[in-house]
Amino acid sequence: MIHHGAADSPALQTLDGRVGAPPKAPKALKARSYWQTVGYRLRHDYLTLCFGGVVLLIVLSAIFAPLLAPADPYQTGMIARLKPFGYKGHLLGTDELGRDMLSRLLYGGRVSLTMGMVPVMLATSIGGTLGIVAGYAGRHVNMVIMRTMDVFYAFPSILLAVAISGTLGGGMRNGMLALSLVFIPPLCRVAETATTQVRNLDFVEAARASGAGLRSIVWHHILSNALGPVFIYASSLVSVSVLIASGLSFLGLGVEPPTPDWGLMLNTLRQVIYIAPSLAALPGVLIFITSICFNLLSDGLRAAMDIRM
Amino acid sequence: MSASTQPHMFPRLSSPTRDRGGPAQPLLIVSNLRKYFPVRGGILNRTVGHIQAVDGMSFSVMKGETLGIVGESGCGKSTLARLLLYLLQPDEGELVFDGEAVHTWQGMSLQELRRNVQIVFQDSDSSLNPRMPAEDSIAYGPRVHGTKPAAAKALARDLLRAVGLDPELFGPRYPHELSGGQKQRVNIARALALEPRLVILDEAVSALDKSIEAQVLNLLMELKQQLDLTYLFISHDLNVVQFISDRVLVMYLGHIVEIGPVEAIYQAPKHPYTRALLASRLSMDPQVRMTEPPLVGDPPNPIAPPSGCRFRTRCPHAQDVCARVTPRLPPPMHGALHTVACHIYDAASGHPEAVAAVSPHRPVEISTPVRQNTVTQREQRRVCRSRSSRCATCASALSRVSPLCML
Repeated sequence: MIHHGAADSPALQTLDGRVGAPPKAPKALKARSYWQTVGYRLRHDYLTLCFGGVVLLIVLSAIFAPLLAPADPYQTGMIARLKPFGYKGHLLGTDELGRDMLSRLLYGGRVSLTMGMVPVMLATSIGGTLGIVAGYAGRHVNMVIMRTMDVFYAFPSILLAVAISGTLGGGMRNGMLALSLVFIPPLCRVAETATTQVRNLDFVEAARASGAGLRSIVWHHILSNALGPVFIYASSLVSVSVLIASGLSFLGLGVEPPTPDWGLMLNTLRQVIYIAPSLAALPGVLIFITSICFNLLSDGLRAAMDIRM
Repeated sequence: MSASTQPHMFPRLSSPTRDRGGPAQPLLIVSNLRKYFPVRGGILNRTVGHIQAVDGMSFSVMKGETLGIVGESGCGKSTLARLLLYLLQPDEGELVFDGEAVHTWQGMSLQELRRNVQIVFQDSDSSLNPRMPAEDSIAYGPRVHGTKPAAAKALARDLLRAVGLDPELFGPRYPHELSGGQKQRVNIARALALEPRLVILDEAVSALDKSIEAQVLNLLMELKQQLDLTYLFISHDLNVVQFISDRVLVMYLGHIVEIGPVEAIYQAPKHPYTRALLASRLSMDPQVRMTEPPLVGDPPNPIAPPSGCRFRTRCPHAQDVCARVTPRLPPPMHGALHTVACHIYDAASGHPEAVAAVSPHRPVEISTPVRQNTVTQREQRRVCRSRSSRCATCASALSRVSPLCML
């Protein structure tokens, strides 16, 4: 298995008696690092790239909404209400107060995506930490943390979000807080399972046998193996978060009118569903597309990040 | 194997002053090591019993030797390995490493112990972090102890070369890109990275193919010579232990039953369990058949082991005294002496067959039912293929082929 240079090997004799130089061993390929492999797989997974592109499009359009929106989302016009697509420059029509649908959808994307991503990021950091602590610390700490999470698990997530948000009084900030609290238990559970599995493996014992302290073991060995499943699960939670946030706004517990928000728009346009069905369906379509694309993106990420394939 | 022809690249141990006790001082003295695992049950998870994994083991390891530890599955070998590194807290017992008591206020700290003792595990796959390349896994130990990253990486590359892997080719590879034998070599390199003096090999070759096993064993023997190592070789494979060990320790259900030089144990085993274990090995000659196994059944439950001698439930020589009194290894426990923990070899025990023993160190000719299972002498002469007057296998005259030849 030692790689000898060609000069060291003895000259070979071929069948017809000629003495030739031995064939040169091929140059050793530089092995790819883990993230290079992930990047390579993602670049060649065209389906995931598609969904990732759609997600990127939605996110960018939300970020650059002030530049992209053709009109002011708050500008009402009582004459041109519930107009169909393409009426006098309104590409997607107008809503029940005469505001441009396209602008409202773009600005609404900002609110909905914020309420989708921020709670998940908050819950990942808190729930992930709690889960890793519970998984690594062992019996008593584990029991305390996981049984507390089980209490929250007993409630269906939407009901819990509605209850917390309603108690706190509604509004965007309270809605994000409620959603974070709803997502902490499942993330904690995923982190704890992953950490427990990793902790029992021999390489952690070998690290302890090398004299490594707690911080070193957690940083070098536990985190890199346990955070993978956590992030993949969190990315699938973004779609759920967008849905529940829309639900909260639909129920009147999220942002207040006239702030544009997809869930709120669904609520107000619900009343005109028989008059202008395509208009009423638009916010719902966008919620649907965003959720599905985040979900499928997280699936693709999971496949790309699997070390063993 | 190219590893034996290439010049050794690994830097030798830095100073001879690491040897503090001198050649006569045992490298490791284990006294009365005990570890019971609690069994929890019931609603409130109360402790309902204890798994007596390791119970009062005392032995020593001399410098530069390979001590083989054999025993059935579940006898406590792996628990012992972890106890010696303090990966598990022993309930009772002391370790003395080269004259210094371990984990005591004035003796050696655990950090120092872990610089001197290292372990190679059985499962080469789960022993390596799947997210770290091989050279990073090897360099981790030195880095934990303060070595700079560049120096640690250079050390890792030297070690890879020493175990027979090209560092250019295998250094950046992840564990899933390595075969079983290569992973075990990386594990050995990782164990050697901290320059230990004692390496515990916990069934390190058991999971490998026979050809790879042979290569890894040869590698281990070369490394032992080059680096002045002492090995504790735990295995259930009797042939491998015979090949590599200088002394052998036989364990049964957490107790030591016999300890002695490898030739003495394999050619003149004393304890009934050792005899039965060695008789269980199958012969390479297909004409020699064993009709009944010498050792039947499973070991008793470690939660409620038999009173007195733990082997008495499967021992053909069990008497009343064996149930009342637990036989202990007679002191001294280090050195090349062949000692056995059995009442038969203790003149004062009261065992009916014990009176024949004059000295506890001389093997007694006791009749073992084990011999009845082997082929009779007349059949042996018919069976032995070599027609010369001396049998090649055991170098004794054909007419006096000892039953052990058939092992």
